[in-house]
Amino acid sequence: MYQYSQEDHQLLQERVSQFRDQVARRLKGDLSEDEFKQQRLRNGLYLQLHAYMLRVAVPYGLLSSEQMRTLAHIARTYDRGYGHFSTRQNIQYNWPKLEDVPKILDDLAAVEMHAIQTSGNCIRNTTSDPLAGVARDEIADPRPYCELIRQWSTFHPEFNFLPRKFKIAVSGATHDRAAVAVHDIGLRLVKNDADELGMEVYVGGGLGRTPMIGKLIREFLPPHDMLTYLEAILRVYNKLGRRDNLYKARIKILVHETGEEKFRELVEEEWQQVKTSSLRLRDEDIKNIEAHFKDPEYEKLSDFDVDYDKELISDPMFANWADKNIELHKKDGYRVVYLSLKSRNQPTGDVTADQMDAIADLADKYSLGAIRSTHRQNLVLSDVKLSDLHSLWQELTALDLATPNYNHLTDIISCPGMDYCALATARSIPIAQALTERFDAYDFINDLGDISLNISGCINACGHHHVANIGILGVNKKGVEVYQLTLGGSAREDASIGKIIGPAFTADEIVDAVSDVLDVYLTNREDPEETFLTAYRRLGQGPFKEKLYG
Amino acid sequence: MGNFIKDRKPQEDSWTPYTGLEDMDNLPSGDVYVPFDEWKSSRDALLKRNSRLGVILENTDNVAELVEDFDRLDLVVLQFPKMADGRAFTQARLLRERFGYKGEIRAVGDVLHDQIFYMQRCGFNSFEMRPDQDIPTALGAFDEMTVTYQPAADEELPIWRR
Ligand code: SF4
Repeated sequence: MYQYSQEDHQLLQERVSQFRDQVARRLKGDLSEDEFKQQRLRNGLYLQLHAYMLRVAVPYGLLSSEQMRTLAHIARTYDRGYGHFSTRQNIQYNWPKLEDVPKILDDLAAVEMHAIQTSGNCIRNTTSDPLAGVARDEIADPRPYCELIRQWSTFHPEFNFLPRKFKIAVSGATHDRAAVAVHDIGLRLVKNDADELGMEVYVGGGLGRTPMIGKLIREFLPPHDMLTYLEAILRVYNKLGRRDNLYKARIKILVHETGEEKFRELVEEEWQQVKTSSLRLRDEDIKNIEAHFKDPEYEKLSDFDVDYDKELISDPMFANWADKNIELHKKDGYRVVYLSLKSRNQPTGDVTADQMDAIADLADKYSLGAIRSTHRQNLVLSDVKLSDLHSLWQELTALDLATPNYNHLTDIISCPGMDYCALATARSIPIAQALTERFDAYDFINDLGDISLNISGCINACGHHHVANIGILGVNKKGVEVYQLTLGGSAREDASIGKIIGPAFTADEIVDAVSDVLDVYLTNREDPEETFLTAYRRLGQGPFKEKLYG
Repeated sequence: MGNFIKDRKPQEDSWTPYTGLEDMDNLPSGDVYVPFDEWKSSRDALLKRNSRLGVILENTDNVAELVEDFDRLDLVVLQFPKMADGRAFTQARLLRERFGYKGEIRAVGDVLHDQIFYMQRCGFNSFEMRPDQDIPTALGAFDEMTVTYQPAADEELPIWRR
């Protein structure tokens, strides 16, 4: 993991003491809420429906066990005993008291964490592949590049007052687990025919009220040019992005209105001016950062373990979990384990303080002390030995973190919706819970296979409903919460935006509607290997419409 | 002394803005700055004056067009129509870093102490603070943070190369 430099520490301390002053002035009444608003937003503190919400950055989704214990401590001491992992790999606290926030920031700073640039019209926390550094299909580790972007974007003097917020994602594997196509900028590490490393640069992806897939504006950018190229894109955006209409201010609208070709020209033109600046990365700059992400000391193991195989046979519950929540690791004898935050008993993405502490302990015991958060709102232990899987599973089961549903129907992404969010037009958590209740049957989930279902509580689409195979959007129609159904979205390397299938359903009808959609798939698929998405793309909307409205 | 800060100190402002009403041949005496359009159309008349000259740019103006007049321009004024509108940050950096402008770059409009740290990094050295701003607070903002990561007008190298 990246180790903070003395400067990184100093910066955090300065920020906290500054914010402490501001909070004190606010509490004394010297600052109006309006004046304070700018300050608190720059420290990740939002005013929500019932209380303040603090969003803490988890840089590219990497956490040490020590950091996780601090997150637990914060949840227990200053909140109501839990935290919420968001689709941006960050963690949010829903109930902090204003006077406690400086203390929370102190505690975070002590473990190299903060809430900087988790809100506001600036470059937000860079997100990445939760399997970075361990994935079997990895081309190159994206984390050093994420860290360079973190440093470059932190308090960037030119880009702190952009037209709108700005999100960057980096992925380094064949499979895209970072949803790069729906970010303002998405970078994918690739190799060319000469086996050189480069980056595909996607610009203008995003969700919200105008969902768009990012446009590939550069097919092969040498990694040394990453920051100069980003600087060029951001500069074009800062100059030309729309500021007259909040809903048209994201870079996706600029790219769309300018046209892809013209936009590319503008960026290239600017880049010619900056590409040899001191931001151009030298070999040693990249190497120095890479040194922070060296492989841990893996043991030399076989990828075959007799006991593990026996356990799979003797324990079908374990086998089912292993089938779903485990992925191959680049090193033989190790596996990547998904901890599901989608049990029946807790809202999507929520983790209690006790669970956090326990996860930290498990990470130390079984996974070299590291934890990752994912954009699908789960957690990952990335380095578990085959021989430890059964014990780990038992401990996870006791903690209610072993729901065997990774990438399956009940692995639902849901935004907080009306239960917490001031912008919500409908509830989303209760819908996610109703769906989980209904479809939790083990055989059914198995049979459906790989599928994604996402829910947003309003058009802002924080629940990424557009890029789910089955998306649900809650809207308020004449005082009644109704739910629109979109089908056919994907956030992976074959990214696409789902289409609305027809008129919306009430809260009472939506679960049945999803059930109908699943029926159509199960009846029409060519064989069990054909996933929902492939079947939908083959069948089109027709049979689904007919079943739902026919 | 009002709400004007230059080179980190509260100061009297010697400049008079051209309001658009005066006759070009009858501008107030002393240092004046004029909109970029006026500069372009009345350049010759303005250059005959015996005082310092400046321009005020719109956020959409291209700073590259000023380059040939750098030696006659002692002041470039950049605008912040709203605090959230950060286009002038880019204009300032280009003036300083790309084109090497050495004169005064001034921030006017919705100028709050929150932006000062970023503004100075981009090359601004004078500030007409919004009237409600507390000047001591604004002066404190220059040293709000002591750590900077990226190259900008005040720093040649990124942190990893220093
Ligand atoms: S989608 Fe809407 S309701 Fe849900 S978190 Fe975002 S803003 Fe709130």
